[in-house]
Amino acid sequence: MKVQVDQSKCQGHNRCYAIAPELFDVDDMGNAFAIGDGVVEPHLAEKARLAVANCPEYAISIVE
Amino acid sequence: MTTLDEKSIYGPVTSWKTDFDHADPSYNENAHEIWSELRGTCPVAHTERYGGTWLPVTHDLVHEIAYDTEHFSSRGVVVATVKPSDLPDAIPAPIGGAPPITSDPPFHQDARRILLPAFSPKTIDLWEPEIRLLCRELIADMKAADVVDAATQFAQHIPVNVIARMLGFPPEDGAVFRGFVHDVLEAINLEPGKRAEAFMALDSYIAKQVQDHIDNPRDDLTNFLLNAKIYDQPLSLQHVGGSIILLLIAGIDTTWSAIGSSLWHLATNPVDRRRLVDNPALMPTAIEEFLRAYAPVTMARVVKDDYNFHGNEMKQNDWVLLPFPAANRDPEEFENADQVLIDREVNRHAAFGLGIHRCLGSNLARLELRVAVEEFLAAFPDFELAPDEVVKWSVGQIRGPRELPVRINARTL
Ligand code: HEM
Ligand code: SF4
Repeated sequence: MKVQVDQSKCQGHNRCYAIAPELFDVDDMGNAFAIGDGVVEPHLAEKARLAVANCPEYAISIVE
Repeated sequence: MTTLDEKSIYGPVTSWKTDFDHADPSYNENAHEIWSELRGTCPVAHTERYGGTWLPVTHDLVHEIAYDTEHFSSRGVVVATVKPSDLPDAIPAPIGGAPPITSDPPFHQDARRILLPAFSPKTIDLWEPEIRLLCRELIADMKAADVVDAATQFAQHIPVNVIARMLGFPPEDGAVFRGFVHDVLEAINLEPGKRAEAFMALDSYIAKQVQDHIDNPRDDLTNFLLNAKIYDQPLSLQHVGGSIILLLIAGIDTTWSAIGSSLWHLATNPVDRRRLVDNPALMPTAIEEFLRAYAPVTMARVVKDDYNFHGNEMKQNDWVLLPFPAANRDPEEFENADQVLIDREVNRHAAFGLGIHRCLGSNLARLELRVAVEEFLAAFPDFELAPDEVVKWSVGQIRGPRELPVRINARTL
């Protein structure tokens, strides 16, 4: 399981970073990106799903 | 304080569907009922007031307009008797009078990028100790009174002090700022001439502060803007002044309202209050739920050219309100939309807007809101609305309690 942030949709609400700082980080402009290659360890799967479900811009998706 | 006296040029509302007035005091008091009634009958209300204004109330429609910068301009974001198109010397789109909030693409993004780093989560987190200290001082000032006004003695002062410090403005001018905010956001249904006077007073106050920063540079947001560049040129003084006005206006009533509404909820819902006191781990979901259910900010757009929006014949320069708070209560988007559930885990709310104008201060606003609620609850674990006193709600696009008398039943001080 992997998460990815669509940079063209992210507007920097920072909900993902607040919910799952293990999976997401933010740049100087406040936009989010997936940490590393976005791989989600099994114990973080629920947090990944919550991040997806709380992004107001529908910018995060789970792949694989 | 130079506050305008309130005399609406419009009469009482005859129908929320065809003659609404969001600055009628009964609108904010009954907002949730009004939206839910409109959602069931017509999802886009209309009024001839303010020269023609539309009010879509579903999440889908609000979302669509927020994303549609082709048909809707941000040139005017506060519906009032004066329209941007009535002002011959107004700064035209895509820049507008207070960039980036009044700006449209492509300029918007360039103006916004200048400010983003100053409001990124990591920069804003550094303010936490100072905000906490400020909250504690305000609480200490309330001393041992049995009844305190959580809006005027507490919530109001937090964003005013923080933004004054960020901009490097005299903190003792707090009452002056609040007067300006009132004139811009609440005194919207007055004779156009009076409104123009209020804006002149605001402009000249800002010009004075900016001049003082040019003469005595220091390390704050005002000097940061004075040194900033766009397209390799320093920002015009007009741009600097407009952005400062935006920061001053955008952060005060909004955050004050969010804190006030959250405390109102806790004063009227003892079960939630006790749950939060006993289990502070609920704080993150509770704060997001307060932001959803009591979202304080409705924005506006100006129709660029005549446009048929889902069967509604919008005319050039009509106003369109963007009620993010109504979107947040739409049962099509949220389960149990009208219930406030402080442990709601899935909460894709739009309190800070949608699309390119996402609230630039959202990280700061969240921090102030969380710290304020934490500190108030830590000092006063039990409080309720003061019997025999009334809660007074704001008028206009920013919704929140302006007077919130609460009786303190338990204190830890
Ligand atoms: C709970 C408090 C707040 C709420 C609910 C809120 C809400 C909003 C909303 C809905 C917008 C979108 C405007 C639009 O679409 O036209 C916005 C924009 C903005 N807000 Fe906030 N706001 C809050 C606090 C703050 C604070 C504390 C600041 C800064 C000190 C701030 C600065 C701004 C700025 C600069 C914009 C314009 C962004 C742009 O146009 O790109 N806000 N806010
Ligand atoms: S929640 Fe969505 S919009 Fe916000 S920072 Fe994360 S990806 Fe971007």
